Formats: sequence, C-alpha cells, structure tokens
Amino acid sequence: MTWEIKDIQKWDWKKHPAGAVIKDPGNSCQFKTGGWRTFRPIRDDKICNQCLICYVFCPDSAIIVKDEKVVGVDYNFCKGCGICAAECPVDAIEMVDESKAKKKQVE
Amino acid sequence: MSTKLTELVKKPEILSGGHRLCAGCGASIAVRQMLMGAPDDVKLVIANPTGCLEVSTTIYPYTAWKASYIHCAFENAASTLSGAEAAYQSMKEQGRIKEDFRFVAFGGDGGTYDIGLQALSGALERGHRLIYVCYNNEAYMNTGIQRSGATIMGSWTTTSPHGVKGSGKKENRKDLTAIVAAHNIPYVAQASISHWKDLVRKSQKAFAADGPAFINVLAPCHRGWRYDMEKTVEMAKMAVQSCIWPLYEVDNGKWKLTTKVPNKKDILEYLKSQGRFSHLFKEENKHLLPIIQQNIDEEWEKLLKKCE
Repeated sequence: MTWEIKDIQKWDWKKHPAGAVIKDPGNSCQFKTGGWRTFRPIRDDKICNQCLICYVFCPDSAIIVKDEKVVGVDYNFCKGCGICAAECPVDAIEMVDESKAKKKQVE
Repeated sequence: MSTKLTELVKKPEILSGGHRLCAGCGASIAVRQMLMGAPDDVKLVIANPTGCLEVSTTIYPYTAWKASYIHCAFENAASTLSGAEAAYQSMKEQGRIKEDFRFVAFGGDGGTYDIGLQALSGALERGHRLIYVCYNNEAYMNTGIQRSGATIMGSWTTTSPHGVKGSGKKENRKDLTAIVAAHNIPYVAQASISHWKDLVRKSQKAFAADGPAFINVLAPCHRGWRYDMEKTVEMAKMAVQSCIWPLYEVDNGKWKLTTKVPNKKDILEYLKSQGRFSHLFKEENKHLLPIIQQNIDEEWEKLLKKCE
C-alpha cells in the first residue's frame, strides 16, 4: 500500500487518518538521515573478509547486503556513528571526514 | 534454527532506516538483533510504550516499522499486547484469521522496571503468548537522563546529581530479570547487544516458547552514559566481561549461564570509560568504588549458585 504524503503540509484536518494512523509501513525510508553525518564510513573491499559483523551492529540498517555479501553502505541513512569501523575485526572500514569525502566524490 | 549470519542477512529488515534515533543508539541494535530471531512464516505485532524508541521511530507521518505497530502509554505495553493477543486467539478459533501472528513489546527500562511493571506482571501471570523485550539503557534517556530502577549505584543522572551533598545514585538497582523469573513463565533471559549470537538464539527460544517470554537486553546510550558514540557495542561487551551484566537464561525454571566469564574483569575499567561515573574517582567519593565492586561480586556469586 502506498500512502501519498508529499503535500501533507497542506492537508486539512479531515484528510489526516483518525488516531494518527500511519498507513504505509516502513515509510521512514523516504526520510533521509544521511545529513546528520560528520564522518563517513568507507569500506575497503580488498581487506573486507565478509564476516557481516557490521550488518549485525548497524543501528540504522544502513549496511547493504546482496547475496550474503556486504556491497556498500546506504549513505541516505548512515548517521556516521562509527560502530561498524570500531567493531570491524579486520579494520576494513575507515571513518573519513564527510566534507572531504564529498569533495572527493565530486572530483 | 540457525544463528549463522549468512542465514540471518536473508531475513527481511523489519526496522527500516530513516528513523531518528541518535547516531550510535543501542536500542535500534537491540531491536534489529531481536527480530533476526523471528520465525520466517509468522507476522509480527509490535507494541511500544513511550520511550526513545517510540518517539524516534514513529514521527508522524513516518514510521520505521514494517510490521503492525501500536504505540501505547508509558505504563501499559504489556496489557495492550495482552488484549491484542487475546483477540487474536479468539478470532483464530473462530476462523476469522488464518495467518500466524506473534506479539512483541519493546519497552525501555523506565517503561519496564518502574512504570510498566504492574502491567507486565499481570500479562505474565495471565499467560499470554507474547514476548516482552526490555531494552535497558539504565535511565530515562528520552526525557533527559533521569534515574530509574535500573540505574547502577553511583551513577550520575540529572535526578541523582553529584556535588557537595550527592555522589550519584545512592541505591542499588533492582534485579528485574529475577523478578520476572519468579513469575514462573516459560522463558526469561538476560542478553546484551555485544553478544549478538547469544541474543539471536535467545530470541529464537522466546519466539518458540508457548507462553510469555521476557528478555532484558543491555542497550547502552552514549548520551546518558557519556562515552563516544562508536563505543556502544564495546561498552556492552565490557559490562558482560566485568559481570555487572551477566548473560543467562531461565528456561522452564532452569537457570543457566549462557556466556561464561573465565577472566572476570575489575569494574574500575568499566567505570572509568564512562562520564557518568567520573565523579567516583574524586578523592571524596573513592570510598564508593569497593562498595560497587562488592555489590557486583555478591550478585554474581548468587547467580552462579542459581545456575549450578
């Protein structure tokens, strides 16, 4: 079920469901929390041994796993807490200053 | 069921990203690990009393939960869920619901140790088939770090300050896991987010239990405990290693230590790593350190006897 909330600011009270019911489960994925980040986790695929420990400790469900392998970090949601880097047993994740990482991305 | 990570990553994510818990929050880690233990063929109903987890995951018009979810008042998560469970059982009997549902409540330590204890006790006594998970961060963090029944002795909070007259919380915490175990329900456990395999296994056991189950999960809070945010898992690990948070289960009345601690660490290292205990190392408060250690040792010895 999709629940269109783009113009919710303009809704009158009758349009809001009674009891503040949210009709679209998991729609917080439309709300990006990546802007909170001051440090960005960057994973080195050569060092990573695919132990998946980062997945199990990520508070923001931001580790992307495909076919049982970590393929990246979802920077839309990653808040840059650094738990993945701290808990990585092989130190494959480095926390890089967000502004520098962004600059590098542009280049 | 398997606790292999390669199997667990295939499960659907029930708490999606985009929620507004702090970076490095222990609560969402506890929820994610707990729900990794849910069976694949059931649907979930989640109840959530007021607390950090509730206010940050369900800010209108967004919700992070990909399951049926109900927010209730601070004191009645267990009774709300009891009602839902009873209605489900009745409708299932009448043939109006075909699918299998499981009921899980996630309460903070304030909503479980203090405010929701009466409702929890009633739900356990009535024998509803539900799982109550307490994500324990040892104070009322949502309202700005006030002391709760779970706060450790000596800990600073805004309502147990330190200064000329005070030196942190004066009283020792209550042993809620043992209080719940005294209800003689099928499954009770104490877990920590740092020991994820242990937690997932306990979650699987709780989902399999035919009756009420309770899991008390240590979920550190870096805002309230005063440490750097990347150390959340490390703090939980240190708590287990210093035996201030022992991991055990009570499976149908049988007490069992699930993580053995061969080299029990001194509590000083744990206390030093957190700002909430920094005043204990001042000259005028140093006499409290051996008392805290003694409390932990006594509780640990008591637990070992129960687990024999």
